[in-house]
Amino acid sequence: MENILEINSLRKEYDNFTLNDVSFKLPYGYIMGLIGPNGAGKTTIIKLIMNLIRKKSGDIKVFGTDNIENEIDIKSRIGFVYDIPPFYDHLTLNQNKAITAQFYREWDQDLFLRYVNDFDLDIKAKFKTLSRGMKMKFQLAMALSHNAELILLDEPTSGLDPVFRRELLDLFSGIIQDEKKSILFSTHITSDLERIADFVTFIKEGQIVFTDEKDSVLESWGVVKGGKELLEKEEASMFKGIKKHEYGFEALVSDVSQARKSFSTSVTIEKPTLEDIMFFMTSKNGGEDA
Amino acid sequence: MRIIISNSSEDPIYEQIIKQIKNQIINGELTEQESLPSIRKLAGELGISVITTKRAYEELEREGFIDTVGGKGSFVASQNKEFLREKKMKVVEEKLTEAVSEARMLDIGVKDLKEMLNILYGEEE
Repeated sequence: MENILEINSLRKEYDNFTLNDVSFKLPYGYIMGLIGPNGAGKTTIIKLIMNLIRKKSGDIKVFGTDNIENEIDIKSRIGFVYDIPPFYDHLTLNQNKAITAQFYREWDQDLFLRYVNDFDLDIKAKFKTLSRGMKMKFQLAMALSHNAELILLDEPTSGLDPVFRRELLDLFSGIIQDEKKSILFSTHITSDLERIADFVTFIKEGQIVFTDEKDSVLESWGVVKGGKELLEKEEASMFKGIKKHEYGFEALVSDVSQARKSFSTSVTIEKPTLEDIMFFMTSKNGGEDA
Repeated sequence: MRIIISNSSEDPIYEQIIKQIKNQIINGELTEQESLPSIRKLAGELGISVITTKRAYEELEREGFIDTVGGKGSFVASQNKEFLREKKMKVVEEKLTEAVSEARMLDIGVKDLKEMLNILYGEEE
């Protein structure tokens, strides 16, 4: 598979945070979810792809070429949605659009107006008067109206009601129909990804925990539930992130078939959700082997 | 074609798709050479990942239920009648096996079981 986005050994240092050795790739025609708790480095990765901040080392290839060497060409082919909208508060949507649209070679005014209509946006309204959800919709309309091939979205679904979130996910499925466009979106609302994402990259404290096909993640990982005496067993070393309660424990395993072999019927093993994985891997006493 | 995805099912989504398409081919709802939606179209309609539908189609192809022609899409494979009949027989066999093991659990003898079968078969006629 050819990759629309390829990140290799990316590193970025801040005083109190380091993004370390981040590598992943996204092929043409697919959707990838970037998940992780707040402060994990999701926004930093997206900003590095957009070359808004300077990396320490590593490289980023977009459409097969270096994202800094070919910055202008690449950016005109990317549609982005930031967590903080890059628009002027005191201008109307139409004025904001006019300012931004001129930077794109392939601005599609008809498409823009279609989104404005679909999203119920009032283009004469000042940006600052919009609700958080409407601001997001305006950003989306802008991101999707210049024939972008790679869509980067930073927490696009936060602040949106469930109805629009579903509609948005439908919209995403529609975008990748032609096999040439891809979507990378960060989110901590993992249920949005549970169905539509093809790939999931999980990042925690600046490091990749895994980057894989979503289906294989959900098939190989599992949540094990059983009595606390099992934690004494040697096999308990496979548990990642254990949550004990008065009457038993729950833990995450990355190899569900091995867990089945080791514990057979003494435990209940359930399919995990992405949220389970994120929870067990990041909760306070979780993350490390017991 | 009719596909219903259950989120609460223990079966992974790709298996649910495989099962339903297979069944529809076996019972004739999907006929030879009938074209199937593209992998992406199906994923989009069902709101699931492209990789999931791709895997389902690949599996169906491996088992000889569908053919995928590059650039043209996927079609229900020409099934040889014998082969289809065999598949259907297998379904019957599986169900009977299930019935037999239930019967064993309840200590129902072969004779009683046959009688039950006779009555049921008769009613169906």
